[in-house]
Amino acid sequence: MRVAVLKGGRSLERQVSLKSGARVEDALERLGHEVVAIDVGADLVERLTEERPDLAFVALHGRDGEDGTVQELLEVMGIAYTGSGVSSCIRASDKVLAKHAMLDAGIPTPDFFAFNETAFRELGAAQALPAIEERLEFPIVVKPASQGSALGIKFARTAADVPSALVAAFSYDRKVLLERHIDGRDLAVSVIDDQPDDAGAAQSGEAGCRARGKSAAPRALPIVEAVPEQEDFYDFEARYEIGRTRFVCPAELPEGVAERARSVALDVYRLLGCRGFARVDLMLGEPDDSGAARDGEDGCRAHSGLFVLEVNPIPGLTETSLLPQAADAAGIGFDELIERIVGAVEVTVK
Amino acid sequence: MSPGSRRSRSTAHDIERYAALFAQRTKVMKSSAMRDLMALTERADVISLAGGLPDTSTFPAESYASLMTTVAAESCARALQYGPTEGLALVKRCIVEVMQAEGMEVDADEVLVTTGGQQVIDLVCKTLLDPGDVVVTEGPTYPGAVPTFSAYQADVVQVTMDRDGMRTDELEATLEALETAGRRPKFIYTVPNFHNPAGVTLSLERRRELVRIAAERELLVLEDNPYGLLRYEGSPLPTLRSLDDEFVIYASTFSKILSPGVRLGWTAAPAPVLAKMNIGKAASDLCSSSLSQYFVSAYFDAGPWENYVRSLIEIYRRRRDVMLDALAEHFPREAEWTHPQGGLFIWATLPDYIDTTDLLARALEQHVAFVPGRAAYLDGRGGSSMRLNFSGVDEELIREGIRRLGEVVREQVALYGTLTGAGPAPSRAARPAAPQPAAEESELAKVLRLPAQRSRAR
Repeated sequence: MRVAVLKGGRSLERQVSLKSGARVEDALERLGHEVVAIDVGADLVERLTEERPDLAFVALHGRDGEDGTVQELLEVMGIAYTGSGVSSCIRASDKVLAKHAMLDAGIPTPDFFAFNETAFRELGAAQALPAIEERLEFPIVVKPASQGSALGIKFARTAADVPSALVAAFSYDRKVLLERHIDGRDLAVSVIDDQPDDAGAAQSGEAGCRARGKSAAPRALPIVEAVPEQEDFYDFEARYEIGRTRFVCPAELPEGVAERARSVALDVYRLLGCRGFARVDLMLGEPDDSGAARDGEDGCRAHSGLFVLEVNPIPGLTETSLLPQAADAAGIGFDELIERIVGAVEVTVK
Repeated sequence: MSPGSRRSRSTAHDIERYAALFAQRTKVMKSSAMRDLMALTERADVISLAGGLPDTSTFPAESYASLMTTVAAESCARALQYGPTEGLALVKRCIVEVMQAEGMEVDADEVLVTTGGQQVIDLVCKTLLDPGDVVVTEGPTYPGAVPTFSAYQADVVQVTMDRDGMRTDELEATLEALETAGRRPKFIYTVPNFHNPAGVTLSLERRRELVRIAAERELLVLEDNPYGLLRYEGSPLPTLRSLDDEFVIYASTFSKILSPGVRLGWTAAPAPVLAKMNIGKAASDLCSSSLSQYFVSAYFDAGPWENYVRSLIEIYRRRRDVMLDALAEHFPREAEWTHPQGGLFIWATLPDYIDTTDLLARALEQHVAFVPGRAAYLDGRGGSSMRLNFSGVDEELIREGIRRLGEVVREQVALYGTLTGAGPAPSRAARPAAPQPAAEESELAKVLRLPAQRSRAR
């Protein structure tokens, strides 16, 4: 099969994407595919028209690649692609949309408030900050709505920290959220679609004529716990540097907790209509963690301290990324993982 | 990993395995979000005020061709061969000449030719530092020295600077405090002329103070002087080495007066230190490029080397002036910046509620880049400062880059004002002193055509 690997792009996670893309290319070649590497830029449509791939493997992270933009272009061009469709990408990459969807569905997520710049510039939202602070309690996490990795995420420990934390978060996005901080363990549950033997074409959750995936059963992989060695927060640096973070996989959790974490992750995966693969990031607070039990009126208590932070529709595929580690722990090597991701897409070979 | 794979990359298991093998020193190596952000500053559509690149585009291609022809005709086999670790005599002759131009007398045997000035920093650390040893330097310090200090597990103590360079009173107090704590620093690292990144120059009085302090305590000083000859105003000041050659290790380079591509620098140091550095260099790279050394030597033989430096000074002075003017026009009154008398950099400091690492993300959206100040500190300071380079891009791009940056900074200042209620949400139309282009015009300005890849090949 002729596969175009889309990587790089203009997002702040370009470097990470280049690494993901390079590993995917190697794997695809080993799997016997014909690989065309495309560093996504102004000539993307031209390149795709020229190369006429059977499939696009989207190894982009962050803006354009993970937010549905590139997926929409691929839809227009009628090129099948890996991973989630336009609508899931839009909902998952916008933390605010994703969290609202979770709230509506009764999936626990830390309490939050979100605003765009206009609210502060033109509607006097700053006046509401004291009420927000009282509701969320310090420390408060301030983050841009759309940024992947941990860029732009700040901890406000007092009210005096909030304005500069907001200014920083607004550097990355026009919309930011203030979120209750859950003190606890940092868990990542990767989900991949298992293929049933019959390759019957069923709809993937996307509308009508849009790209389809084969009928699939999502499966949660062993949980990875990230334990930062130095920083008090699992930040961007630690996330991509070998030796800076200790990864434990499978995470040492009581089976009941692990089972609930996997189950919550699958719920979110289905809720957002993800396809092929995704990674769900959660925090495991104390079971009686005051905050959410009090605020999550609808059944959150049942999840005993588990909170979904976000869903990454195209999680990293670098050497230190969590999805490949989780797959590895489940006995799925990198090549097989890539084969499964590709296999989850219905492709008509030209 | 499948056997026979052409290129194999590691799996998660391997990561753990490698991690266990990494030396302790790799754990303190600074690497960061900033590095990934910095990679974006190299995009062709970004006006990069982030680099520290000299403008090599003005070096005549004919001269280059003719020099290479000379090397090929006269010294082909030798230029292609290894050379002595300490460097070839014919290039040391050039170094003696350059040092004379900066008021220093030096013998060829006091000089070690290195692979760029950067190698001097590495060799000094290699020669002097055990893990945990203290290095005292300016705050901010040369960002390129940070990974070197970190790699040798130095404990770096940074002394505040003002417009006259490193504050020697604070230096003395710092050394006192260290001594009281039972710790003796191994050396003081300083860039006295047109500091990178601070843009300031150490005053004569402080130069005397610095060498006195070092001599009294028998401490070595690493004087890093890559920019000394790039002076745009004022009179040259004596180098630290010319004030004291007993405790000063002098470092310089051909990078800023000829070409960074030749990767040739040098050090002049007290004999026992030089001998150890020589051994360290042999272990690192045996010798610096013979080809480059023959090239430089041919260049010095071909005519007065000062002429090209003079032409660079003219270009850089104009660019500096354009940047200073643009800063005055476009940056908000809350910002301040240095006025360098030479070199390649201006250091701008914003109100402390602006984090320049985050600001860079916003600036990149406007296709303009700088180096966030945090890169110049090892202790987390510098968060609201930025280094701006004026040598690497032309005047029009400097003007446009600073205009875009100013707009982004103003937005953040205004937003903070709104958030704290410190001021009414000011319109983006800014100060009366700095009339903004009409909206349409301003949008147009964003699509200003950039010369594609012009600076990339440098």
